[in-house]
Amino acid sequence: MQFFISMMSSIPQRGINRNKMKGIIGKKIGMTSVFSADGKQTACTIIEAGPNVVTQVKTKDSDGYSALQLAFGDKKEKHSTKAELNHFAKAQTAAKKFVKEFRDYSIEKALGETITVDIFAEGEKVEVVGTTKGKGFQGVVKRHGFSGVGEQSHGQHDRQRAPGSIGGSSYPSRVFKGMRMAGRMGGDRVKMKGLKVVKIFPEKNYILISGSVPGHNGSIVLIQK
Amino acid sequence: MNAAVQFVHEQLTAKKEYPKFKSGDNITVNYKIIEGGKERIQSFRGDVVKLQGTGATASFTVRKISDGVGVERLFPFYSPNIDSIVLNKSGKVRRAKLYYLRERSGKSARIKEKRF
Repeated sequence: MQFFISMMSSIPQRGINRNKMKGIIGKKIGMTSVFSADGKQTACTIIEAGPNVVTQVKTKDSDGYSALQLAFGDKKEKHSTKAELNHFAKAQTAAKKFVKEFRDYSIEKALGETITVDIFAEGEKVEVVGTTKGKGFQGVVKRHGFSGVGEQSHGQHDRQRAPGSIGGSSYPSRVFKGMRMAGRMGGDRVKMKGLKVVKIFPEKNYILISGSVPGHNGSIVLIQK
Repeated sequence: MNAAVQFVHEQLTAKKEYPKFKSGDNITVNYKIIEGGKERIQSFRGDVVKLQGTGATASFTVRKISDGVGVERLFPFYSPNIDSIVLNKSGKVRRAKLYYLRERSGKSARIKEKRF
């Protein structure tokens, strides 16, 4: 018993031994490509990141965990509730469209301070979180990468993209949970890892990230490390 | 094109002066290749089959007949490896993408020169 208790205490609990992170809220703008000096072409996504305003500082003493609440994107006062306006007034900022909390922020910031693209350096590896484009109701070939029937003859007719069998008849006599079938595709929160910061334009708040990021142009993305 | 994409493109690509050419023109592209650590210039002469894209992603395709075999090469417009482009002949064509050249050979694959 004593052994188990000592073992339990050595397991890091969620939220205690977390890695410090930094992040910024941005807007996907579009894609372009960048040439290196030796002529290599890299596809890049332009993200207008920040400036973000710190609208709340959560500490371990007051809230049980440490976090920074960041806000991005202006919106009209008439589109905000009084609760929102008063919350933003504490940070002495106008009404913001998008608010997001980052746990265990690695940079010390006070209420009302801004976070800009300067927190990242060129060449740094980052993660980008976004919501993928909605694809609507899709079949199994597009949604789960099934190969379809694969033949057009030998008795196959009108079922080139069919899923095939979804289970046994007498046993188990039911369809297993999680069976991959047709359905709504896209619109999921996706995190892209290992993307590289190619270039930063601090005066315009633009950040160029290698490769593609989830979502359509104008959608909100989080860049974090 | 998006203003932000335009801005980034202008910031990151060096301005280059090339003669203005379009589909059907005969051009020579002098491009740099690195061979065993040494840089040299190789030329590719042929007809422009198409121009495509905008901004930093713009590119063009050049087609030539090499030893009786059709060869097409795609060049990014703003590639730093392009040393220079020479416009040899401007052709008289009626479409922007000359894919029909791929099915032709010999006399019917010629492009008439534009006379002013």
